[in-house]
Amino acid sequence: MEDEAFTDINGKAISLDCQDHSSFCREFTVSSPKVSIGKVMGYTCSVWLIAYSVFFFTQNTAVLSSAIVVTLVGMMLHIHFVKVDHESLLVIGSLGIQVSYSYASGRETTTFIEMSKIKDIVINEAIYMHQIIYYLCVLLKDPSNSDGVSSVVPLFQSSKPRLNCLVKVYKSCQEILSKC
Amino acid sequence: FFYLLRPSELIMVLKIFFPQCCNRADSGLLVGRWITGHDSAVVLAVIHYPFIPSQVKQYVQQSRVELSVLGSWSLPKEGQEGMESFLRDLSTIFPQERWLQISRQMGKMGFTCQVLDRDQSKTRPPGTCGEEEEKVIFIHYEQRKVMLSELHRIENGIPAPKADPPSELSQVRDTVANSQPLFFMDKYDDGPLKSTHWQSEGREASIIVELLKQASVPLCLLISWMLSIWTWICNLRLYPVRFLSSKLSTCVQLSYRTEHMRALCSPKAAAGHTQFMRKANILVSFLVDVALGVLLMSWLYRDDHITALANTLVPAADHVAKELEELLQWLMGAPAGLKMNRALDQVLGRFFLYHIHLWISYIHLMSPFIEGILWYGGLSACLGLTFALSLLSDMVALLTFHIYCFYVYGARLYCLKIYGLSSLWRLFRGKKWNVLRQRVDSCSYDLDQVTLINVAWNQSENKRHKNTRKQLFLQVECVCSPTAFHWDAAVHRPGSCCPPQRSTTSSSLW
Repeated sequence: MEDEAFTDINGKAISLDCQDHSSFCREFTVSSPKVSIGKVMGYTCSVWLIAYSVFFFTQNTAVLSSAIVVTLVGMMLHIHFVKVDHESLLVIGSLGIQVSYSYASGRETTTFIEMSKIKDIVINEAIYMHQIIYYLCVLLKDPSNSDGVSSVVPLFQSSKPRLNCLVKVYKSCQEILSKC
Repeated sequence: FFYLLRPSELIMVLKIFFPQCCNRADSGLLVGRWITGHDSAVVLAVIHYPFIPSQVKQYVQQSRVELSVLGSWSLPKEGQEGMESFLRDLSTIFPQERWLQISRQMGKMGFTCQVLDRDQSKTRPPGTCGEEEEKVIFIHYEQRKVMLSELHRIENGIPAPKADPPSELSQVRDTVANSQPLFFMDKYDDGPLKSTHWQSEGREASIIVELLKQASVPLCLLISWMLSIWTWICNLRLYPVRFLSSKLSTCVQLSYRTEHMRALCSPKAAAGHTQFMRKANILVSFLVDVALGVLLMSWLYRDDHITALANTLVPAADHVAKELEELLQWLMGAPAGLKMNRALDQVLGRFFLYHIHLWISYIHLMSPFIEGILWYGGLSACLGLTFALSLLSDMVALLTFHIYCFYVYGARLYCLKIYGLSSLWRLFRGKKWNVLRQRVDSCSYDLDQVTLINVAWNQSENKRHKNTRKQLFLQVECVCSPTAFHWDAAVHRPGSCCPPQRSTTSSSLW
């Protein structure tokens, strides 16, 4: 288990955890930073200040209660659908690859890709807003064309680690993929 | 970076798919199937001791499922130690290319697996270093879920997918799904063999589902017979009724529903998964429709809502008529400062005003019956919300029928005018419409013909007016009236909004 100081493309600290279950089965987990308490407090305070000012002019108490409800529901939706806690990549030689996203509320979504459909795992470049970033992706085989690529599945999309982290994961994955 | 494939580094990996229900099964024989083309085996059931080997061989050969003995499974209970040698001897009774020996200790999580090859007949436990290391991956699968699942092959329109060799996981899934006949014996049956699989606790069934299955076939036959009678009645109609029923949205909706019910209640099963999904879709949408319709009915029939609706309907119609009359008066005067042809204005305006007067008196005649109509029309909501909405749309169309008439008159006049003008314009340029070839050809005219044409052109523009500006605004008048009533045409069928075709106008002109 290793834990070095990696950062994502915006400079926030993330952590990478590599587990060697056996010589052909490895799991990589990238954890994003948790929701900061300062940001949460800032958002709720601003929402409630606005609601209070509206109440001051309209004298309607429904504004206050609706602001509370909106804040609560918004926070619940955010941690259930938006905030990713950690993403993991499990590579089992000759069986397949499993990618799973785990959200802050505990919800997990997993995708399994069979080994026969995988062409390769590569590091690719992409234009993202005003930057060019590196990302790790899985290339899937095209059934009609043996040399072609039918689609690309990007990995670690919400944590977006930088190149040093990606290279580490890439080297480990290639060791397994080359053997099976 | 690229890695060269060095043969000595290749790992042979053996995959064993083991059902979760057999984790606690007593010791016995493993039966299943080896997947061809890949190094994997699927375990389908465990046959327990004591058994007679010949009976097992008979069972394996006679079962309709492709089956073979894979190896042995041991979960020793207290007082059953020393089974190791017995288990190894079993491999001689059932000669196989590879023999799996899977064992587990009670209370411990780990499984141990040994693979015996008939050729070498030496054990190769995992972890030993050698020329070729054999690793074993143990995959637990939930037998019930895999059996009841369905694999949808993605078809991109390429015929190739059929020719591709099926992937390992889809072969595993097919094996488990096709092994249904194996699971009809549960542990309460008194057969020669006792086995453990996902149904061994007793076959799963639901009495409601079984009863529904039995009842569904005669019900479907009854409904399809009733529907055939209904369609026969519908096709009996005479010509004017048939025309009317194609215009009214209620009848159109009825025909759609009949089609849907016919598709649902056909006695033969769905051809493929898409057909099945379509049928299920139709059924669910029908049920939702009926539920919403019943909801609407429950709201409509309480607190005298129908009387309130009926009481607002006639004043609303009156209000619309008054607004229309004001609009017509405005058009007959000087709309937006344009000066129009007074005679044509008066004729058209008075014609439309008379129409409105007729229609309003008709509505007033019907007003005592409106509540009754609404009450019985609301009952139709039990057939579905869409039915009630189509009834509403028909009623609105009927109530505003006079406005639709105005639009049709205006559009016809406009079309006539445009046709005449375009024909004269072509003559003016020296061309002619060839009716036979449906195209414009050039044509040479005499001096008399050209003079006559010019006079006719001026006449059609002039219409007894001295002011040349008004000739242009004559066109505007004929444009205004159709556009003012065009909004109403949107309520009726869009196809009937377009001005009539060229051929019909020519036949009406000459």
